Amino acid sequence: MRKRELKLVVTFHTTADAMAMEKACGEHQVPGRLIPVPRSISAGCGLAWCAPPEARSQVLEVMAEKGIEQEELHECMV
Amino acid sequence: MIYLDNAATTLHKPDAVKKAVLEAFDTLGNAGRGASEPALGAARMIYGAREVLAEFFHAESANCIVFTANSTESLNIALKGLFSEGDHVVTTVLEHNSVLRPLYECRERGCELTVIGCDEKGNISYEELEAAIKENTRAVVCTHASNLTGNMIDLRRVGEIAGRRKILFVVDASQTAGIYPIDVQGLGIDVLCFTGHKSLLGPQGTGGMYVRSGVKIRPLLSGGSGVDTYDPFHPSVMPTALEAGTLNGHGIAGLRAAVGYIMESGMDKIREKELSLMRCFYEGVSRIPGVKIYGDFDAEERCPVVALNIGEYDSSEVSDELNVSYGIVTRPGAHCAPLMHRALGTEGQGAVRFSFSHYNTKEEVDSAIKAIKELTE
Repeated sequence: MRKRELKLVVTFHTTADAMAMEKACGEHQVPGRLIPVPRSISAGCGLAWCAPPEARSQVLEVMAEKGIEQEELHECMV
Repeated sequence: MIYLDNAATTLHKPDAVKKAVLEAFDTLGNAGRGASEPALGAARMIYGAREVLAEFFHAESANCIVFTANSTESLNIALKGLFSEGDHVVTTVLEHNSVLRPLYECRERGCELTVIGCDEKGNISYEELEAAIKENTRAVVCTHASNLTGNMIDLRRVGEIAGRRKILFVVDASQTAGIYPIDVQGLGIDVLCFTGHKSLLGPQGTGGMYVRSGVKIRPLLSGGSGVDTYDPFHPSVMPTALEAGTLNGHGIAGLRAAVGYIMESGMDKIREKELSLMRCFYEGVSRIPGVKIYGDFDAEERCPVVALNIGEYDSSEVSDELNVSYGIVTRPGAHCAPLMHRALGTEGQGAVRFSFSHYNTKEEVDSAIKAIKELTE
């Protein structure tokens, strides 16, 4: 297994929100990618946006601009 | 990419399916809405699909086949339409949320529910199932196979119990329709719910149900039917009773072609190929230290599914690593099977599920074994 790194992980209420996030981040060159929600955050499955911690402000900005609601926002080892 | 998530949906479809859907886009009108050639063409095609599926599942009539969007819709129609306040229903921990959640809703509305547990291999006890049946038991509802472990439930045995105890027998065949023969009449099944996009190899958005003649289900939807327009109520005659609105004709054309492909290719041949790939994968990974596999691999019949974990690693992390570093597609997490995970003690970790199609190859399986081996090192 690869070495875990500290990441910013955003979870969403719906897959539709996760898709909106991927699209918005792509349009605004915000780094990151979609991953399966880490089980340490939730056992309930779904997709999460995983980004470098230093991209936090960009991530929050794009979410605010596009009205994308987060379920939870974590900094954790992924 | 090596696609090993066929229990979620089969990615590779037969050419005949693609051709049929494309042709349908060029030719089909709305079935049962007028007598124009496109409308009749759609009606003939859909009726043909009913006949093919009736033959496939050994139904007594084509009118016992209802088309829906998927198993979830079929199960919602069946469970919410069959049970009323005061009814008792028996089900199992092997079930998918598509069975459990409608049943929990039924419970909210006054139904009583008994969920049969399983042993450490994930198998139910048929004695326990029968012992749960009581005076007000209306039905036993069970899956044909767990989507997590691949373990199967012996439908003949449950059908015999349901028949003897004079209760309804509702089956979720999401994981088996298309790879295991299901004789609804021979097995005493009253309602069979299936999806088109898994082992039936059809398009997503297709599915259906077999409803035994005489079984009355309250419709979930009412609306356009193409007949009895001035009647304020939706027609009660099957299959129209459970098919309000325009059917997915384009998808059904694909589903019909898919079933034709399975019949021509031989379901036994398809299943044997899938099981042989699964066995090969199982043999390979079961020897790797640190790999824990769930389910019963001594059983004669099972689905081509292997769920595993590597040590204490998060299943999401393992699946993501397989995807990103090896191009191997699997499904981590809980697989919409909360009770099965709870029973296996994998509620927290989840599991990484590998599921095989006859389109997969031995080389792909070998690559997957090698990847798991590397990840454990």
